[in-house]
Amino acid sequence: MTSADQHWSFLFGKLSLEALPLHEPIIVATFAAVAVGGAALVGALTYFKLWGYLWHEWFTSVDHKKIGIMYMILGLVMFLRGFADAIMMRIQQAMAFNGSEGYLNAHHYDQIFTAHGVIMIFFVAMPFVTGLMNYVVPLQIGARDVSFPFLNNFSFWMTTAGAMLVMASLFIGEFAQTGWLAYPPLSGLSYSPGVGVDYYIWALQIAGVGTTLSGINLIATIVKLRAPGMTMMKMPVFTWTSLCTNVLIVASFPVLTAVLVLLTLDRYVGTNFFTNDFGGSPMMYVNLIWIWGHPEVYILVLPVFGVFSEVTATFSGKKLFGYSSMVYATVVITILSYVVWLHHFFTMGSGASVNSFFGITTMVISIPTGAKLFNWLFTMYRARIRFDLPMMWTLAFMLTFVIGGMTGVLLAVPPADFVLHNSLFLIAHFHNVIIGGVVFGVFAAINYWWPKAFGFKLEPFWGKVSFWCWVVGFWLAFTPLYAMGLMGVTRRLRVFDDPSLQIWFVIAAIGAGVIAIGIAAMLLQYAVSIIRRDQNRDLTGDPWNARTLEWATSSPPPAYNFAFTPVVHDLDAWTGMKRAGVGRPLEGFRPIHMPKNTGAGVILAGLSTVCGFALIWHVWWLAAVGFAALLITAIAHTFNYRRDFHIPVETVIETEAARTRELALAGAAA
Amino acid sequence: MSAPANVPSADLANWYDLDEHDHPEGGSTLLGFWIYLMSDCLIFAMLFAAFGVVGGNYAAGPGPKDLFDLPLVALNTAMLLFSSITYGFAMLAMQRGNVKAVQGWLLVTGLFGAAFLSIELYEFAHLIHEGATPQRSAFLSAFFTLVGTHGLHVTFGLIWLGVLVVQVGQRGLVAANQRRLMCLSLFWHFLDVVWIGVFTFVYLLGMLR
Repeated sequence: MTSADQHWSFLFGKLSLEALPLHEPIIVATFAAVAVGGAALVGALTYFKLWGYLWHEWFTSVDHKKIGIMYMILGLVMFLRGFADAIMMRIQQAMAFNGSEGYLNAHHYDQIFTAHGVIMIFFVAMPFVTGLMNYVVPLQIGARDVSFPFLNNFSFWMTTAGAMLVMASLFIGEFAQTGWLAYPPLSGLSYSPGVGVDYYIWALQIAGVGTTLSGINLIATIVKLRAPGMTMMKMPVFTWTSLCTNVLIVASFPVLTAVLVLLTLDRYVGTNFFTNDFGGSPMMYVNLIWIWGHPEVYILVLPVFGVFSEVTATFSGKKLFGYSSMVYATVVITILSYVVWLHHFFTMGSGASVNSFFGITTMVISIPTGAKLFNWLFTMYRARIRFDLPMMWTLAFMLTFVIGGMTGVLLAVPPADFVLHNSLFLIAHFHNVIIGGVVFGVFAAINYWWPKAFGFKLEPFWGKVSFWCWVVGFWLAFTPLYAMGLMGVTRRLRVFDDPSLQIWFVIAAIGAGVIAIGIAAMLLQYAVSIIRRDQNRDLTGDPWNARTLEWATSSPPPAYNFAFTPVVHDLDAWTGMKRAGVGRPLEGFRPIHMPKNTGAGVILAGLSTVCGFALIWHVWWLAAVGFAALLITAIAHTFNYRRDFHIPVETVIETEAARTRELALAGAAA
Repeated sequence: MSAPANVPSADLANWYDLDEHDHPEGGSTLLGFWIYLMSDCLIFAMLFAAFGVVGGNYAAGPGPKDLFDLPLVALNTAMLLFSSITYGFAMLAMQRGNVKAVQGWLLVTGLFGAAFLSIELYEFAHLIHEGATPQRSAFLSAFFTLVGTHGLHVTFGLIWLGVLVVQVGQRGLVAANQRRLMCLSLFWHFLDVVWIGVFTFVYLLGMLR
């Protein structure tokens, strides 16, 4: 990136042919593969004339279910990219001993560990949990859609726009080489003069708009659109954890936005917020970004706590033990997550009193988390547990996450942290809670709600292969990191001098290989299940004998979710309805009022991508044009006052009659 | 599993809302907009915090006492406060259903807003002319960013206000437009509150520093 940084032209900004990393054979080969694959995909879509279908039924859809599924697909695609980064790092570190430099140069390796972190958090974990909340929450509360359906579509495309910018950085220019939080002064202009940090900034800013808006949307949905009778303390636990998650999103993402704006100004305008001179304070950046960063980890894990609660109750065939303590624990975690941020940099020198305060708050947060674990255990106690895949993932989570939690409490002790800070022990700890918590939770959720989304169950065989590979692979990959961390090996190293460490890295690489098999098995599971969907068809809409309202409607649910809004009398509303033997109303249908699809979200996000790309490469004219177009499109959209329509009563009658026939078939089969 | 045993319809009414009517659009808008404002408030909170941390780092450059012209800022504050009052009159006119009065008061509000922005830009230009640029010191970086972000919000408020004048003219005070006027009202008063913070925290306390 040497000469690309120096020259600038009006038309192309800093962009030139030298921005293409043609000297990196790995990237060229990747580009070739992506280009061929992409061309094949575009060709296939064109050949089968699917563009119109995708545009009308998916891209412009304001249906929360379709948006939820699109979020999950985005998360899955980016997950493959993030994992490719991971396995490249594991191979590099297993190789680079005894004078070997490995196969990745420093410039490339530093981009990989940065991209891995950024992608896994922002473009894998976030889309996954947002997708789950989007799909499930409105169904669980008996609503027809979210509060602001257009905003929901726009949020999704903004997240996708951010993901596209990160992907573009692979082939055009470079990504940041700063680590996933881009600490200054390293991320400042003097030490990172290239476009890498700018890709980082604009990808996160654009995706962040989507995340914040989707947080606002889901809070309003949960507060305003619950079915009659569903008081706060009758909300399903997943809805509760979603509410707290979205409160966290709205109360923390603006902090990220603000701190990135300040970094942007330092880089683009030459201000001195985080510089070493003229009164700047790099430590302020570290504080500010972790004020966002710590709540962020709870944003990821709270929704999956909700998933585990639903799964445990369903597969234990009992109502959840300690529902109200679960709710209070969630709320307490939400609040405490704002008073622990300093534990990420005990070594920065805030003094013993400050460190003690944050050490203690960090340890206190394990109390409500522990309460949750006991609630799940007591739910399972003396239950007739069904060990289907969602439950297996839940058990794996409980065992794995407890250990991750305990190493976390260990790190919360400031003196211990002075030894373990920035070591592989830390890396092992947070992968332990993020993989063991968030990733396992997302897999539990996919296996649990897949039949709801598509009307057929996932094949258990490949799911179980995937499960065992993941669990075994995870421990193989990360136990060596715990051990090495205790020995003092630091993170983000590319080459090693001490040959005795190599065996640990080889074991870790084998673990990553086992996880790779687990991912392949998971993809195979989806493929096989889709091919054999007729064998695994679920006509009842309630394949697990579950307890909450999303299982009261058909699978997949009709566009309007419920022909008649259910009235809630108790927690576990659907169980209550089944016990009372309530049938479906078969007459008296009415036209249903729904929001209209719109392409505005796609267009606005597309313009944001153009604008972001232009700003990254300093193509000022394009940035100005893109911004003006963005503003004009947004204003033009507000002149559209006809945003709703009615699903005609004939369609509702037809859909519900089909459901009646399916239920009869299911009844005959049973 | 769910046996379609049909219970009498009287019982069904206990479990389903059989007499559901269309939900009017925008029932969540004010709540949603309020939450958005709180998220925006947090951005300002961060900028205030940054100013609090580095606002005293003059880097041997000029400080508040050398730079701020309090009478000018007081005039500026008055412009914004007046614009909030006139926006209130626009809302009262909306209650009466008087389209022309709404448009008139919105325009007056817009004029006060524009006056505020002009004075702010004049102040900025003056500071930069004197060499007190955003690059000069962390104090000035934080000052320009905080005050400038507020100014940008006012600018967007003005664009929004202009759009609403047109939309109220086109469609009158329909429910959607009333909702939009309410949202802009919240936004405009919110900016006023933030400015009170800026005036106190940045200008007045700056002079005492």
